[in-house]
Amino acid sequence: MANQSYDAIVVGSGISGGWAAKELTEKGMKVLLLERGPNVEHVKDYKNATKAPWEIPHRGRRTIEMLENHPNLRRDYVLNELNLDWWAHEDDSPYIEKKPFTWFRGYQVGGRSLLWGRQSYRWADIDFEANAKQGIAVDWPIRYKDLAPWYSYVEKFAGISGNRDGLDILPDGEFMPAIPLNCVEKDVADRLKNHFGGSRVMTNARVANITQPLPGRPGCQYRNKCSLGCPFGGYFSTQSSTLPAAEATGNLTLRPWSIVTRVLYDKDSKKATGVEVLDGETNETYEFDAKVVFLCASAFNSTAVLMRSATDIWPEGLGSSSGELGHNVMDHHFRLGANGTIEGYEDKYYFGRRPGGFYVPRYRNVGDESRDYVRGFGYQGGASRQGWSRTVAELDFGAPLKAELTEPGAWTIGMTAFGEILPYHDNTIKLSKTEKDKWGMYVLEMDAAIRDNEKKMRVDMMNDAAEMLEAAGVKDVSTYDRGYTFGQGIHEMGTARMGRDPKTSVLNGNNQVWDAKNVFVTDGAAMASAAAQNPSLTYMAMTARAANFAVEELKKGNL
Amino acid sequence: MTVMNRREALKSVVLMMGGTMVGANVILTGCAPDKQIEGLDFSEEELAYMDEIGEAIIPTTDTPGAKAAGIGSFMAMMVKDTYTEEQQKSFINGLNSLKSSFKSETGKEFMDASVEERTAFLNQLNKAAMNQNSADEDEAKYILMIKDLTLLGYFTSEIGATQALRFVETPGRYDPCMEYKKGDKAWAI
Repeated sequence: MANQSYDAIVVGSGISGGWAAKELTEKGMKVLLLERGPNVEHVKDYKNATKAPWEIPHRGRRTIEMLENHPNLRRDYVLNELNLDWWAHEDDSPYIEKKPFTWFRGYQVGGRSLLWGRQSYRWADIDFEANAKQGIAVDWPIRYKDLAPWYSYVEKFAGISGNRDGLDILPDGEFMPAIPLNCVEKDVADRLKNHFGGSRVMTNARVANITQPLPGRPGCQYRNKCSLGCPFGGYFSTQSSTLPAAEATGNLTLRPWSIVTRVLYDKDSKKATGVEVLDGETNETYEFDAKVVFLCASAFNSTAVLMRSATDIWPEGLGSSSGELGHNVMDHHFRLGANGTIEGYEDKYYFGRRPGGFYVPRYRNVGDESRDYVRGFGYQGGASRQGWSRTVAELDFGAPLKAELTEPGAWTIGMTAFGEILPYHDNTIKLSKTEKDKWGMYVLEMDAAIRDNEKKMRVDMMNDAAEMLEAAGVKDVSTYDRGYTFGQGIHEMGTARMGRDPKTSVLNGNNQVWDAKNVFVTDGAAMASAAAQNPSLTYMAMTARAANFAVEELKKGNL
Repeated sequence: MTVMNRREALKSVVLMMGGTMVGANVILTGCAPDKQIEGLDFSEEELAYMDEIGEAIIPTTDTPGAKAAGIGSFMAMMVKDTYTEEQQKSFINGLNSLKSSFKSETGKEFMDASVEERTAFLNQLNKAAMNQNSADEDEAKYILMIKDLTLLGYFTSEIGATQALRFVETPGRYDPCMEYKKGDKAWAI
């Protein structure tokens, strides 16, 4: 039987894959979008999105059964009885932790676009130039100006709300009106401005929550239940945004339960001819042909596909000729900062539940400053009034306690730092030679750790937060460091980096695999450094840019 | 006290008090550290007892109290589903100890006392728990558990969220800075 043929195959339906499918179908290509897990239909499958608190059995607490069944998810806030189906089943899809590694995966249509934090920040020149200037890893083959028009392009379609702040460190974009800072945050931001003379800035979080309607998307209703799926299309996800656009072209075939085992590679043409798929439900194997293949399976799974491909030519897989495939694992290290209480706003409150708070862009090692580490970090945070769960140990049970807790408590404010992790060659993932998953595929083995640079950075990350809060008049400031294990940032990056030289990088400046130019990798795997900003917006821009390039090259007959 | 010691202690209490003890149906089953008590369940009588404990912490005032919000059943579910074996034992042990100490100190059965009397007694326990040094922490744990489950169960119940607090399912807008007057209710979520 002849293989089914498409113009393009996109592997993975999350943020990057959704964008690849949209761009390629809109440019007239027949696209097969492969997703390893089940389908999730927009609105219809958001089964817990509109439940009231009392309809949630354990009211957000974790059951012993959940803890036992999710040894990985339980390591952070993500373990939640309301969206458990949207995280990879840990028994079916294990991985090996040579060093502690927390891997949060979304194996369904939409991937983690359903679950993401939605913070959307452009990178700046300083981020793309850092590797070259500091002689770390390899130079990015692109600069901010290469990506800037694509940032604009994806921001307009995805819908990013934010404030235009005119900062070099955090370039402005095509924003919808920002979600406002509340009274406390606004005053704290003003006090920081006065205290630091503009060298440290607190601004509105820039989030992929829309404050104005977009086609098919009424917009954010301030329910702050994003991770349950939004029936209002309030935030960008594959389902709310890129998938309907791709489907509207009539050029899309979506195939759930399609685990890509490998890219099919033809050594004579030095190109991919398609992919091999293992059906996740039937265990049958299929082959699909295409002129181009986009790997958007999330950083480590895209790299794993490469590692399983063309092994007759390169034992370590397609792209391994560089010696960099599977290397330079990155993430953002965090889980530390400071918080405190602030007085003088007892007559102020707010209405609605925001999906984002404030952001403090990087300020360390900018300009002439030189700390005892390189790169930097940013903060996310927010202020709010305490609710009924606050500690009121001194109050008597009975009517006094009830009366007190029916009113809002003190204003508190807190901030968490997100820091850059350098690309270390020795931070690696590789395929196990012994352990397999439910489908008989060799699982990944993680071997990554933060080093001195990150550890030194963490000192500033914690202390600066306290310094800023105190400077803004916040009382009872306390710092915290809940510890970080690799992967917890859920910003995994690297392992198939872009570069200028096929000897030291897996991808070129257009996200093409050097060794197979019709194979593109446009998710976190492509990153040559991590910056401190949340990375998804950059994946969107990179994907749209690469898809445009791929179609142009196809037209020119170059692929 | 080790787990087994507490088990032994519990066993003797259960034997002494007979079948009227909370958890008596399962407390003699085998030891499984870091697991849950198998087959733990609560009788109607026990649920009613827990309802009254919750009501003593969050009573009916101008809005309904914890009993109306079904706090006994809620506590039972949470203890069954979210507590480890050790926590379950502390909780059950605590309910039994409350029952007997209430009787011995007030001369009344807990269930026969007034809400005010129950509240007053629980307040003593709560104050004592707050002042406990860490060596005695274990004995105090159950009152904090009861308080925690009562507050959680009440303020996330339909009654608590919509009558004691203000609940707006779909705000539809965000007002970053509105006036607040003392006495205005807090948002439920």
